[in-house]
Amino acid sequence: MHLAYPAVLAALLFSTGLYGVLARRNAILVLMSVELMLNAVNLNLVAFDVWLSRTARETLHSGQALTLFTIAIAAAEIGIGLAIVLAVHRNRGTADIDKLRDTAEPHGPDEATGTDDEKTEDEKAEATA
Amino acid sequence: MTLAAATATAAHVTTAASDTHGFLSPTGVEIAFLLVGLVTFGAALVTVTTRQLVHAALWLVVTLGGLAVEYLLLTAEFIAWVQVLIYVGSVVVLLLFGLMLTRAPIGRSPDADSGNRWAALAVALSSAAALVWVVVDAFRTTWIDLEGAAVGSTAVTGASLFQNWVLPFEALSVLLLAALVGAIVLSRKTKAESSSPPVNSRAATGSSPSVPDSRNHPIGRNGSVRGTESTEQDGAR
Repeated sequence: MHLAYPAVLAALLFSTGLYGVLARRNAILVLMSVELMLNAVNLNLVAFDVWLSRTARETLHSGQALTLFTIAIAAAEIGIGLAIVLAVHRNRGTADIDKLRDTAEPHGPDEATGTDDEKTEDEKAEATA
Repeated sequence: MTLAAATATAAHVTTAASDTHGFLSPTGVEIAFLLVGLVTFGAALVTVTTRQLVHAALWLVVTLGGLAVEYLLLTAEFIAWVQVLIYVGSVVVLLLFGLMLTRAPIGRSPDADSGNRWAALAVALSSAAALVWVVVDAFRTTWIDLEGAAVGSTAVTGASLFQNWVLPFEALSVLLLAALVGAIVLSRKTKAESSSPPVNSRAATGSSPSVPDSRNHPIGRNGSVRGTESTEQDGAR
């Protein structure tokens, strides 16, 4: 098999995940896009491991071992990430990462409307909690 | 003399390689890889562009399953089954639970994409173009030899994992334990808000990082003491 096929597919999947991370607004959709990027890297690792184990007589199988480690770390990452998202949702009432702007630099008069929005969101959260 | 012989040998090997492999006569494995890859890439595109959040998670299942088939085509069967078990089996279920617990809208949500999606599209397209160009230019004449015994069978992967990679494997189990405990601590609701003395929560207010907006609206804090106390206990812990 031509090595360019899995490499190009991994590059396209990585770019798709990059678009999702940058363009999505819900935090869980951002986590899904992060998973896409991790899977693109995994595909690269597997393809190059299969190539090198035949071509360079590489017997360590470092690519496949690293793929297994990446999958396990991705599972841990998704657990921690979802716990953080749920904690944010419990405290703030939203999983919308565009609205979590507490550490942003205050600039101009539009800050007042932003805090008003957050206030209503927060009151809604505390009413539901 | 030897250099010339080596060059001749290399040229012979190169011509032999170009004889056996060709762009215009793809093998069956390449055709299957291409078709499954198209399905995978299309499902990934739908995942990041659909406006229905639950559908995004379900298309992610298609993407990850397609990647498992690609691993099988690359003769890495153990990785393929691990992918099916962990990603399709648990990660997507976790994501669906997360969508459910954050009360995601069921139907179409018009604000699924943020305002900077055109900048994101430009970044993604430029990175895709750069990556594909570099990768194709670098590996234009490289072929994977898939004949013979599978390099990624369970016996081979297990032997390599437990002969050469035992220490990282054990460290990974510690990391999984730490992630488990961390997730429990993060997502646990504080029990018995009334049992803790209010002096502690008052003292923790100044340094609590999880209540960064407490200065903005004291009305909300006075209105509902319970929720604020729980967040302060989280921060104090």
